Amino acid sequence: MTDLGYQMRREFRPRSLAPARRIAVLARLDCLLLASVLLLTLVGSLLVWSATRVRLERAGEPTDQFLQRHLFTVALGLVLCALMARLDYRRLRVAAPVCYAISLVGLVLVLSPLGVTVNGSDSWIRLAGQSIQPSELAKPALVIMLAVVLAGAPFGPRKEPASRDDVLRALALAALPIGLVILQPDLGTVMVIGVIVVAMILISGASMGWVVALGTVAALGAVAVARLHLLSQYQLNRFAAFTNPALDPHGAGYNANQARIAIGSGGLFGKGLFEGTQTSGQFVPEQHTDFIFTVAGEELGFAGAGAIVVLLGILLWRACRIALRARDSLAALLAGGIAVWIGFQVFENIGMTLGIMPIAGLPLPFVSYGGTAMFANLAAIGILQSIHLRRRDVSPASTPS
Amino acid sequence: MTDRTRRRLVVVQVLILSLVVTLAGRLWQLQVGSGDRYARAATENLVREVVEPATRGLILDSAGRPLVANRSTLVVSVDRSVLDRQPDRGTAVLGRVARLLRVDQAELASRIRLCRPGVGRPCWNGSPYRPVPVATDVDKRVALQVLERAEDFPGITAQLEQVRDYPRPAGANAAHLLGYLGPVTEAEAAHSDALGLRDLIGRAGLERQYDRYLRGTPGTRYVAVDHLGRVVQTLRETPQIAGSHLVTTIDARVQRVTEQALREAMHRARTTPDYKDRLFKGDSGAAVVMDVTDGSIIAMASWPTYDPADWVGGLSAAEYRYLTSAKAGYPLVGQAFQGGAPPGSTFKPISAAGAAKAGYNLNAGYGCTSAFQVGNRAFKNFDSLAYGPITVAYALQVSCDTVFYRLAYDMWIKDGGNRPVDHPKDPMFAMAREFGFGKRTGVDLPNESPGRVPDRAWKLAYWEATKDELCRRAKTGYPELARTDPARAAFLTRFAAESCAQGYQLHAYDAVNFSIGQGDLLLTPLQLARAYAAIANGGTLWRPRIGKAIIGPDGKMIKKLAPKKTGRVDVPPSAMRYVREALVGTALNGTARGVFSGWPLDEFPVGSKTGTAEVFGKQPRSWFAAFGPDNKPRYAIVMTVSQGGTGSGTSGPSVRKIFEALLGLGEYQQPVIAGGRPPTALPKMRRDGSFAPPIRRGR
Repeated sequence: MTDLGYQMRREFRPRSLAPARRIAVLARLDCLLLASVLLLTLVGSLLVWSATRVRLERAGEPTDQFLQRHLFTVALGLVLCALMARLDYRRLRVAAPVCYAISLVGLVLVLSPLGVTVNGSDSWIRLAGQSIQPSELAKPALVIMLAVVLAGAPFGPRKEPASRDDVLRALALAALPIGLVILQPDLGTVMVIGVIVVAMILISGASMGWVVALGTVAALGAVAVARLHLLSQYQLNRFAAFTNPALDPHGAGYNANQARIAIGSGGLFGKGLFEGTQTSGQFVPEQHTDFIFTVAGEELGFAGAGAIVVLLGILLWRACRIALRARDSLAALLAGGIAVWIGFQVFENIGMTLGIMPIAGLPLPFVSYGGTAMFANLAAIGILQSIHLRRRDVSPASTPS
Repeated sequence: MTDRTRRRLVVVQVLILSLVVTLAGRLWQLQVGSGDRYARAATENLVREVVEPATRGLILDSAGRPLVANRSTLVVSVDRSVLDRQPDRGTAVLGRVARLLRVDQAELASRIRLCRPGVGRPCWNGSPYRPVPVATDVDKRVALQVLERAEDFPGITAQLEQVRDYPRPAGANAAHLLGYLGPVTEAEAAHSDALGLRDLIGRAGLERQYDRYLRGTPGTRYVAVDHLGRVVQTLRETPQIAGSHLVTTIDARVQRVTEQALREAMHRARTTPDYKDRLFKGDSGAAVVMDVTDGSIIAMASWPTYDPADWVGGLSAAEYRYLTSAKAGYPLVGQAFQGGAPPGSTFKPISAAGAAKAGYNLNAGYGCTSAFQVGNRAFKNFDSLAYGPITVAYALQVSCDTVFYRLAYDMWIKDGGNRPVDHPKDPMFAMAREFGFGKRTGVDLPNESPGRVPDRAWKLAYWEATKDELCRRAKTGYPELARTDPARAAFLTRFAAESCAQGYQLHAYDAVNFSIGQGDLLLTPLQLARAYAAIANGGTLWRPRIGKAIIGPDGKMIKKLAPKKTGRVDVPPSAMRYVREALVGTALNGTARGVFSGWPLDEFPVGSKTGTAEVFGKQPRSWFAAFGPDNKPRYAIVMTVSQGGTGSGTSGPSVRKIFEALLGLGEYQQPVIAGGRPPTALPKMRRDGSFAPPIRRGR
C-alpha cells in the first residue's frame, strides 16, 4: 500500500448519512437557499402557465399542458437536487471526467443530424422523444471538471494556489466545449462558459496575470469573431439592435423592444397574473423560455419582478456564502463556479429583457421552461447543499470519526 | 482554502451581488420611472384602428334596376409591412400564397410592389400602409387555409369584403357611363381626411362624378390584437354610414338595344367593302339616345368597350395592357363623349341655320352642281347627284354639298375674303358656337372632350403653335418620306409652304369645307345629339344629364338633379321649324329613304340626316343623326362608326332599330321603356333596400 493509498483512505471518507439523522440533516441544510429555490420554481411555474395558456387554447390543446410538464420537470429536478445533496461532493472527483465526457458527446451530437435547429442555432438533440439541450449540461460539467483540476491535489485543504500547469490544463479542458458551442452557434452559452472559466481561475488563486491575460484574450476573441464574420447575420443584427433598438423595431430590435414594452408597461404592481395584454397577445417571442422574465414584469409589476430579482439575489448570496465557508478548495471552486455561472446567466437573461445586455438565447435559471436547464440548475443547488452539509464549521458530531 | 482564494471569493461575491443590484435598479427605472411611456407603447402595440368601409351606394337606371350594385366576396390581401418584417422580406410567404391561389409568384410580387417612376404596371397605386388585395372571389376553402395557418401566412388576410357588382340588367354594359373604382393614392389620402380612411375611390364615369354621394362615411373599429394582428376583442366602434344611391336617366333596356344596334352597325361596316374593295375597319363607334325635352341621356354606348367587373380586385397585367392598347382602340375612352371627329354632312342643318340667320332665303334656289370652283381648286359634290337650282331644304334631304359650298363661299366673300373685314360675321362658325360646339356640354361625366370649332381665332393660335416646324419643312421638304412615297412628300411640302405663309388665314376652302362638316371641325357624338335635340325642341340647349336624383340609404331623396337649360340657339323660330321640317323629308325623299323604307312615316315622322365624313388617311366615318318620333319629338339619336362607310348604309339601320325599340315597332311588340316614355317619377325604395319601378301617371 502506497503512501497515497493510505492518505486516501484517511482523508477521503465518503459520508453517507444514517437514516436516524435525516430529520436533523434537513435542519442543517441551507434553508434560505432551499426556500428561495422553491419559491422561484413556484413563481416560474405560474409564469410558464401564463405564457403558454393563450397559445395552447388557440391551438385547441389543454391550457395547462406546458404547466404540467414543467411541474413534472421541477419535481424530478428536486429529486435530483436531493440526491446531489446526499452525495459527498468529493465523490465528484471521480464523476467529473464522466460528466465532462458525456457533455462533450452531447455537444457533438447536437452538430450531427440528430441535432434540431431552433432559431438559427443547433442547440437541441432529440432522444427518445425528449429534447435535450447539451449546452445546459456542459456548464455544470465544466464547473465540476475545472474545480477538480484547479483544486490540485485531491487531499486536504490546499496550501498553494493553482499552478501554471493546473491553469493550462483547465484552459485546455474548457477549450473543447467552447469550440463545440461556438459551432452551434450558441453565443449566450459561450459567454457564460467564458465567464465561468475566468472566474474559476481567479478563485483558484492563480496569479493575477492569468486573469488579466484571459480577460484580454476574451475581448480580442470577441472582436475577431465580429471581424471575421464568424457570427451569423442574425447574431450581428441582435448585437446591432442592442446598441440601438430603435434602429429596426420590426426586425432585429423587435425582441428587445417588445420585451421592454411588456416589462415597462407592468408598472409598479403589474396587470395581474394572466392579465398581461402583451403576454396574451404573444408580442414577445420565446416568452415561456428565454423571455419568461417579461411575463413577470408585465403581470406582476415591479413588486413581483423585483421579488424574483431579490430571490435570485438571496440564492446567489447563499451560494457565495457556502463557497466562503467551504472546507476545501474543491468545494470553494465548485460553489464559486456555480455562483458565477448562475449569477452571470441571471444577469444576462434579465439584462437582455431590460435592454442592458445583448439578446442571447439563455434561460432564466429556476424560472424558465426547459427540462435540461432545470435539472442542471437544481443539481447545482444539490451540490451547494452537499458542500454546505460538509462545511468547515460543522460540529464534530456530524463528521463521524 | 488559501487566503487568496477566500479574498477572491469575496470579490466575486461583491461582483455578483452588484449585478443583482444593477438589475433591480434597471427594473425600477423601466417599470416605475418610464412605466407610463411603456404602457402607452403597449396600447399602441395592442390597439389597431380597423376601418370599416362604408357600403357604396347603388347606381340605378330610371326604372330602379341596379346598373351597379355590391356583393360580398372573399378577398385575399397582402400587408406589405408585415411581409417586409420577414427575414426574407416575405418571399417564402408570397410563394405559399401564389401556390395556394394558383397564380404566378412573379405576377403576385409585381402586383404588391409600389407604383413609382420606373415601375411598370401592374403595381399598387394605393397607400403603402394598406393591405393590397391580390385575389377576389377566393374559394372558401382557400380563405380558411389562410386564416387557420396564420403562422405560415403572416401578413396575409382573407376576409369578406364588399366589392362592386355589375348585374347587367337587360344585358346592358354601359361601362363608360358607370366607370370604375381604383385605390386612393398616398398623395390623395394625405390631402383629405375623408379619403385617408378609404381604400377605393371612383376613378371614371359616374363612379367618379358622384363619388362623394356614393361613397358614404366609413366606420372605425378599435380592436385589441395579438402579435400576428389577430383580433382578440373589439374595444369601441363608430358604425359606417352607407353611401347614397344614384338614380340615372339611363333605361337599361334602351341601353342594351343601343349597344346591340351599335354592335350591329360595327358588324355591317366590317362586312362592307370600300371603293378600293377593302373591308371597312369599323375600329370604333358611339351612339347616344337623348330626351330632347330635358337633355336626359336615355342610353349612351361606346365601342370598343370593356367589362367594368375587370377592375374589381385590381387589373391583371394583361387586362391593363388590353385596356390601354392602341391596337384594341383604347377601350377605356368613351367615344360618345370623349371622341371628337368631323361630323360630315350631319353638320349641314347647322350651316343651314347659319345661312338663315345671315339673311339667306332658304327657299330660294341654289345650284346643286357636281362641283364648285374655289380659286384653282374644284370642290366636288361628294354625297349627291347634281341637280339644278334647289331649296336648302332639298339640299339637306339629298345632302347636296355644292349648295352649302356656294352659301359658305358667299359668306366668306362678304366677310372680305382673303382680306377680311374688321369684324367678320362668319355666320356658319358663329352658328356652330350657338349650338354649343367647341365647348364641353357639361354632361355629368368626367373628362368630356370639348371638340373643336376651327374658326379664325383657332386658326391663328394653331398657326402660331406650328409655324416654325411648317416653315422648316417648307424649305427642307420630307426627304425621309420622298424615298418611299414621293407623291405624298411633294403634297406635304406644298402644304407646309402654304401653311407657313398663310396658315393663320381663314381661307375660302376652310369656309367651304366647314359648311359640310369637314376639315378641322371636331364634334363628339354627344354634342351632335344635343344639337339635334335643340333642332327638335325648337332651339333649347339642355345640359345633358345622366344623374337624376340622389337617394339616401334610407330611401329618402337627398338631392334632385334637375335638368338645366344652358342656352337657346339664337335662330328665328321659323328658320328652326324650316330646318326641322326639312330633315323630316330626308326619310321621305332624301338620303334616309332606304333606311326608313316601310316605316310608318305618317304616324311617326322622323327627322334625320346622314353623314359620311372624309378623314385624312383613313376610311370615311359613318354618321346618322335623327329625332322623332313625331311632330312633338321626344328623342334625338346619333350614331357614328369610325372608318365605317356611309351614314345611311352603316349607322342608319341601327338608328332605325333603336327607334323601333323606343316605339314598339318592327320586332318589338311594345316600347322597351315601360310605359312607353321616360318616367318623370323616381323609383321607390322597398323595405329590403331594393327599388321598385317608378309610379306612372296616366298617359
